[in-house]
Amino acid sequence: MRENIWKNIKIGFRTNKLAVAGLAALILLSLMSIFAFLYPVDPNAISMERLVGPCEAHLFGTDEMGRDYLARCIYGGRASLLVGFLSMILSTLIGVIVGAVSGFMGGIVDAVLMRLVDALMSLPTFLIMIVMNAYLKPGLQNIVLIIGFLTWMNIARIVRGETISLNEREYVVYARISGQKTFSTIVRHILPNIMPTIIVSATMNIASAILMESALSFFGLGIQPPTASWGSMLSNAQKYIQQAPHLAVFPGALILITVISFNYLGEVLRKVFEPK
Amino acid sequence: MKKIANRLLQCVLTMFIVSVLCFTLSKAAPGDPVLTYVEPNMSEEYIENLRESLGLTKPLYEQYFLWLGRVLHGNFGNSLMSKRPVLTQILERLPATIILMGTSMVLGFLIAVFLGLYSGKNKNGILDKITSFMCYVGISIPTFWFGIMLIYLLSVHLHLLPSIGMHSEGDRSFGDLVLHMIMPCAVLTFANASQYIRYLRSSTITEMSSDYVMVQTAYGMKDSDILLRHVLKNAMLPMITVLGMSLQSLVSGAIITEQVFAWPGIGQLAVTAVMQFDYPLIMGITMFTALLVVLGNLLADVLYAVFDPRIRKGSC
Repeated sequence: MRENIWKNIKIGFRTNKLAVAGLAALILLSLMSIFAFLYPVDPNAISMERLVGPCEAHLFGTDEMGRDYLARCIYGGRASLLVGFLSMILSTLIGVIVGAVSGFMGGIVDAVLMRLVDALMSLPTFLIMIVMNAYLKPGLQNIVLIIGFLTWMNIARIVRGETISLNEREYVVYARISGQKTFSTIVRHILPNIMPTIIVSATMNIASAILMESALSFFGLGIQPPTASWGSMLSNAQKYIQQAPHLAVFPGALILITVISFNYLGEVLRKVFEPK
Repeated sequence: MKKIANRLLQCVLTMFIVSVLCFTLSKAAPGDPVLTYVEPNMSEEYIENLRESLGLTKPLYEQYFLWLGRVLHGNFGNSLMSKRPVLTQILERLPATIILMGTSMVLGFLIAVFLGLYSGKNKNGILDKITSFMCYVGISIPTFWFGIMLIYLLSVHLHLLPSIGMHSEGDRSFGDLVLHMIMPCAVLTFANASQYIRYLRSSTITEMSSDYVMVQTAYGMKDSDILLRHVLKNAMLPMITVLGMSLQSLVSGAIITEQVFAWPGIGQLAVTAVMQFDYPLIMGITMFTALLVVLGNLLADVLYAVFDPRIRKGSC
């Protein structure tokens, strides 16, 4: 079974060249943000060389305070990827718990939880996000909480659907009538079977979380200066677009590459796990 | 009948959650709202009276119901900054947002119908591959970055289009409006169309492999006829729900786009309100937009039932 999945993943990647490029980009970007300290330039060190275009000394140029833009992009990627990853974990956790409980218990619990999900899904999410951000102190921790708590609904719905279809299986029925606890049945028999679905939605979830973080930081509501994130770097870039277009090009392109890579990766995984 | 009642109850429930959320947020906010009215030469006593007259001394649940009562009468209170009624301000900004969102929704939909049908029919063709890649870019690109890049290219570099606002100084002509709209509209349309195309393409592929298409091909009907007369109709049905669901992301997109292009709509008002901690305005806008989205989804469900007899008769 397991070998089969690896084989399918290989075939999936072989038929989708762009996904391979995406995976390579993601690995590179992750390594860059993990080993950011190996790049010898301090991202917050200011100098008199302001708004210099890309050159030999500064590969990505410098920003309006003379800070090395490549260093800021590397550390910015660290913040953006971290937010994306952490909010994905939070929202997947909430989504899986709500979905599995709702699908497994059924009845009134299911009805209440699903009405709540429906209600939350019709909220204008981004508006609520900027509103909440204005009230909470902006920063990495709060942005993760906000994105996580507002994006778990899709996963909950998918997991619920899968759980309901598993409820009919003999081993789940047996576990139920042999008196096993709800919690252990869900963990032992339901979760392992819906893992593929969870992985796929989680991958797509990182992509949207990174997009949301960048938009919030662009409004100055996310990661706060002097810490950089790709989004917050762009909010300054618009002011200097005339003199220094490179300030806008690099972080934006990095966001696009990261998000599109996660989306392609998710697509390949979906095709691999999907029963033909 | 029971279904309709359920659906309406759902809408009321959603709005209730939104209202509680709005209210809680406004109460949990840092800072004392009374301070915005205070001037240096006011006495302690006067400030206390002011606090009482604003209803800030009553218990929370009572404040909530008082507030809800006023909201239901269309009274969202006055903005703290401009001191003008919130509803008036929202309604002033509404047309600009509707023009922008409406145009890009319609344009996105038309593009999606054309490209979705075409690439669904010619699966794995060249155009399908290009379209599919562009769709990935469309759902992955940060809206604001795309906007900034367009401004740089078309306004700063080539001086073709005005970069911000809705009208030029003293020019209220339609042509001028169109010029200002091209870029924000392009940004939103790109994002919308990418979403719609993915759905339309996959439902076209499903429909193309169904029996009725095979029968019609066997009877010698032209491909384009089958596509336009039958496949389009069936593929369009799920699109109603997709359009309804996309309202939510359209609002998000509009907030960001309006900010980048300084488009004087509700989104820009919302961001300004948040930056200035203008609670009544924030609550008003959130309630108002949530209501629009909820009603939009309701409308989508009603339309679905109208067009699909299976749902209407409740057999499915």
